[in-house]
Amino acid sequence: MRHIISLLMENESGALSRVSGLFSARGYNIESLNVAPTEDETLSRMTIVTSGSNEVIEQIIKQLNKLIDVVKVLDLNDGRHIERELMIVKVKATNKYRDEVKRISDTFGGRIIEIAETTFTIELTGPSSELDGYLDSLDKAAIIETVRTGALGIGRGDRILKI
Amino acid sequence: MKPEIITGAEITIRSLQEENVEFVFGYPGGAVLNIYDAIHQQTVFKHVLVRHEQAAVHAADAFSRATGRVGVALVTSGPGATNAVTGIATAHMDSIPIVIISGQVPTHAIGSDAFQECDTVGITRPCVKHNFLVKDVNKIASTIKKAFFIASTGRPGPVLVDIPKDITTETAEFIYPKTIDMRSYNPVVKGHSGQISKAIDLLINAKKPMVYSGGGAVLGDAAKSLTKLVKKLDLPITNTLMGLGGFPASDQNFLGMLGMHGTYQANMAMQECDVLLAVGARFDDRVISNPEHFLKNPKKIIHVDIDPASISKRVKIDIPIVGDVDLVLIDLLKAYQEVEKNHNKKLISPWMEKIKDWSDTDCMAYKDDGSVIKPQLVVQKLHEVTKGDAFITSDVGQHQMWAAQYYPFDKPRRWINSGGLGTMGVGLPYAMGCQLAFPESQVACVTGEASIQMCIQELSTCKQYNLPIKIITLNNRYMGMVRQWQEFFYGNRYAESYVDALPDFIKLAESYGHVGMKIEKSSDVEGALKEAFSPKLKERLVFMDFITDQTENVFPMIPSGKGLSEMILAKDE
Repeated sequence: MRHIISLLMENESGALSRVSGLFSARGYNIESLNVAPTEDETLSRMTIVTSGSNEVIEQIIKQLNKLIDVVKVLDLNDGRHIERELMIVKVKATNKYRDEVKRISDTFGGRIIEIAETTFTIELTGPSSELDGYLDSLDKAAIIETVRTGALGIGRGDRILKI
Repeated sequence: MKPEIITGAEITIRSLQEENVEFVFGYPGGAVLNIYDAIHQQTVFKHVLVRHEQAAVHAADAFSRATGRVGVALVTSGPGATNAVTGIATAHMDSIPIVIISGQVPTHAIGSDAFQECDTVGITRPCVKHNFLVKDVNKIASTIKKAFFIASTGRPGPVLVDIPKDITTETAEFIYPKTIDMRSYNPVVKGHSGQISKAIDLLINAKKPMVYSGGGAVLGDAAKSLTKLVKKLDLPITNTLMGLGGFPASDQNFLGMLGMHGTYQANMAMQECDVLLAVGARFDDRVISNPEHFLKNPKKIIHVDIDPASISKRVKIDIPIVGDVDLVLIDLLKAYQEVEKNHNKKLISPWMEKIKDWSDTDCMAYKDDGSVIKPQLVVQKLHEVTKGDAFITSDVGQHQMWAAQYYPFDKPRRWINSGGLGTMGVGLPYAMGCQLAFPESQVACVTGEASIQMCIQELSTCKQYNLPIKIITLNNRYMGMVRQWQEFFYGNRYAESYVDALPDFIKLAESYGHVGMKIEKSSDVEGALKEAFSPKLKERLVFMDFITDQTENVFPMIPSGKGLSEMILAKDE
């Protein structure tokens, strides 16, 4: 099953490689990994999307907790949460396609952020599955380039990851 | 008071002194010259010059295994650090607390492919508990403090501190922190009381209880409480290879070692028990073999361990108790005292009868007609001659298993070997670490003619520091364990397992300034050992080359992937 794991870790050099190294060394899946500083400059927040059986996910959480630089780990799938991913897509948009691309983008709540002679660049935010749906709706041949952040997640209501 | 402004090199040395370090095992080189210069000007700790960085880490590791304190190694950048990696990985697999200080090229040269540069922090990351690159002279002291704290607390392990050369010449005020507080690292110490009473309830109502303890019981200094608990409840117990000495081998409750080369009774009891208490052990592949087979006989498992990640890793645990094993065992004893009156010890009588039947198979018997030296006999005689009280180190292979099987350990921290990584070459540097820690004790290195050659250069270190180690080489002219597997599973095709062109070990030992002995007759074994351990040779290293039965195998044996009860016994051969 797919899990979104959020963690706070000391903002030290090499911290990212400790996490990515753990996943490769122990053969865990990694779908996406996102890391950035938080409002507390000494901490980084990392969001990892992974998949595995319950036993494997349990081990992943334990092994992450075991890393010395990791302060706190939360499996967002243990409770209600919000998931968002940002994607930027460049698509071929010549005469006859321009209206169709705009229409599909509007349907998914996408925003055209650049209009060039033959291309549109669209920004889209939503749960990862919704972004997949958007890409599926486009003509495959029209997609020139996609760039995605990987999923981010946050607990709903009073589910908070903070120290 | 005037602030004390000193160089980074001096800060490094002073920090080690603050940690009451007794020995630093190391080898100098460009990047650590400033640190060595500071060592030259101090007398608080002793530096031990090895002949290869791998041995420095092994010796520091053994010092820790034998004493329970943190071992320290010091190596230079580049090849110094890469040579140390085998030692670090060995310590990591067995959870041994050591601190490794490595030199690094100057900060401005990092990343430029400078002479003797390597990404030490990157290379060692997967085989340390933690590591640091210090880029600021003001942080050397606090980083070393953290390194010792992390290495020795929680589940112990090696911690590496990489220090660039320019940082060791810069100056700063020396302040050694008294305490350390890390928000990201707070190992659990005390076991959960609810789990503890549940565990006792299961144990006293079990019909077929069993205790299995590992390296964690030894490293956690829990041997005393473990023995007390097992004797109080009167339970059968087995130890893993790493756990030997955690419970006295001569005690009647002890079933011997379990696992791939464990005793028949220990493996059968593990397989068939209904309640299992695991203490500081991790259910690894060489111990329980195939986990599905192991769980074919339903059992409730209680697992006491300091490391939450060890719980339910290979086998699902019913009652996990995370905490310091010694403290948990003490709490288990207290919890037992409250319900002791309800404990009907007769409940397990049929189980104990069954175990006795298994023990009667006498799985450790071996044929000996005296025509050739049996390796098992050498170890048994070594036990007699040293009165079972020596520090025994070993390398890796058949001789390691025979040492574990035929030298019963009654005390913890006496059996020093590489269980997890299985590193050939550890035996001699391990013996150095033990002998330096305990100069008055007998230290024997049980090895083979293949393993001993992997760190043979350390005979020179032994000469320099007058270490009177006794090297017991079981020389069968084969990489014995490789040969055994080739005999069993590869149709007797002995691919590259014959050790050809062996040196004359006697002359070799003598050329290093030691005593050499060659023993070729079974009837000479005891006499030779007595001589080696006699007062006459008390101050000397003796290299004993026992020419043993070339094709002897280690029994019992569980073939890889098979179940605990699927042992091959000597009589089946």
